[in-house]
Amino acid sequence: MEIHSLEQIIAEHPFFLDLDPAYASLLVGCASNVRFEPGRYIFREGEEANHFYLIRQGRVAVEISPPHRRPIVVDTLIEGEILGWSWLVPPYQWRFQARAMEGAHAIALDGKCLRAKCEANKELGYELLKRFSQVVGGRLDATRMQLLDLYAAH
Amino acid sequence: MVPSPWVVRQVSKETPDTFTLVLDPPGGARAKFTPGQFSMLWVGGVGELPISISGDPARPESLTYTVRSVGPATQSLVSRQAGQTVGVRGPYGIGWPIEAATGRDIIVAAGGIGLAPLRPVIYHVLANRADYGRLTILYGARNPRDILFRKELAVWAKQPDTQLLSTVDYGGVAWRGHVGVVTTLFKRLRLQPAKTTAMICGPEIMMRIVARDLIARGVSGEDVYLSMERNMKCAVGLCGHCQWGPHFVCKDGPVFPFSRIASLLDRHEL
Ligand code: FES
Repeated sequence: MEIHSLEQIIAEHPFFLDLDPAYASLLVGCASNVRFEPGRYIFREGEEANHFYLIRQGRVAVEISPPHRRPIVVDTLIEGEILGWSWLVPPYQWRFQARAMEGAHAIALDGKCLRAKCEANKELGYELLKRFSQVVGGRLDATRMQLLDLYAAH
Repeated sequence: MVPSPWVVRQVSKETPDTFTLVLDPPGGARAKFTPGQFSMLWVGGVGELPISISGDPARPESLTYTVRSVGPATQSLVSRQAGQTVGVRGPYGIGWPIEAATGRDIIVAAGGIGLAPLRPVIYHVLANRADYGRLTILYGARNPRDILFRKELAVWAKQPDTQLLSTVDYGGVAWRGHVGVVTTLFKRLRLQPAKTTAMICGPEIMMRIVARDLIARGVSGEDVYLSMERNMKCAVGLCGHCQWGPHFVCKDGPVFPFSRIASLLDRHEL
């Protein structure tokens, strides 16, 4: 029963829009429901990146900690978005830290499990890669705009 | 062309470097303007600056200007005290298409101090609510300290059929709102492209990107308006100082439909 509902949730999440149902069934074996209390760190920089998260509810801050300074929030993610892509590329380590700003619900997908499934099923791997490329590309664009520091006094 | 002496009624601090001045016209005259228009403000010994009007068009007893202090001229302007005078010419220019947008959904997209020239549009739409469809305000600032008109934003967010989406480029850990550049707000935008008129003001790159994103989502380039900024001198189309391609920004603008200026926006020096 739980498997079925997880599959449905995965299939209905915007990140997996129009995903072949057969792939959703494959992914569900790597998925679990998670919940984070407000203020709780979901992962920290340098830790092993073993998951990514489909955010279902709440808001998550992506933070970076510059040396000798307080952390800076560089992005916030909400329902319908995904958190984390470091599970996909070596060395599989988080580059940032993520904190639940308010109580957050998500589906966690196990990176090791997914990598194994992608190796065994290259089409699934390609499908996932296409979707992650879009997310990473969008975040790269946004980061470039942040670097322009558009609103600074010139 | 000679500035007339307006009296400073009030100067208030909006952010660490941005101030709002309320000026009363001489002799109790009425001060009518169209949202999006600007005046030339003269500060003795320093020079004349084009500054957009940021106040309520339904209150013609004074004009309000929001100025970011970034150099000697703007610093001198925001240092004026109540009772002192400022030379004013104008209002000048073609403003936002508030008449043409009647009956349509309105998107107001502002970056940084770009919210100031758009505030009169928000006042006008909220005061004439039945004349317009849904109002969406997208606002991006550099960081939480630089958010303009903070109290009003909170009030606007609660108005019927109004959606406020705001973000900062960077936030501290205490910041509870959204972080990300202004275009990251688009994913939360409820849009009916065919009946939407968008009005955008902010740094030129931001306006270009927001305009293109809206057009990619189906809004016509004829219905997307940008407010351009150029150096100005005469402000009435005589000196050529503000020439931009075939346009004089002071007289043909400052507000232009995107479809008219799209090719100019890509060129670096004009
Ligand atoms: S400022 Fe003189 S023509 Fe525009």
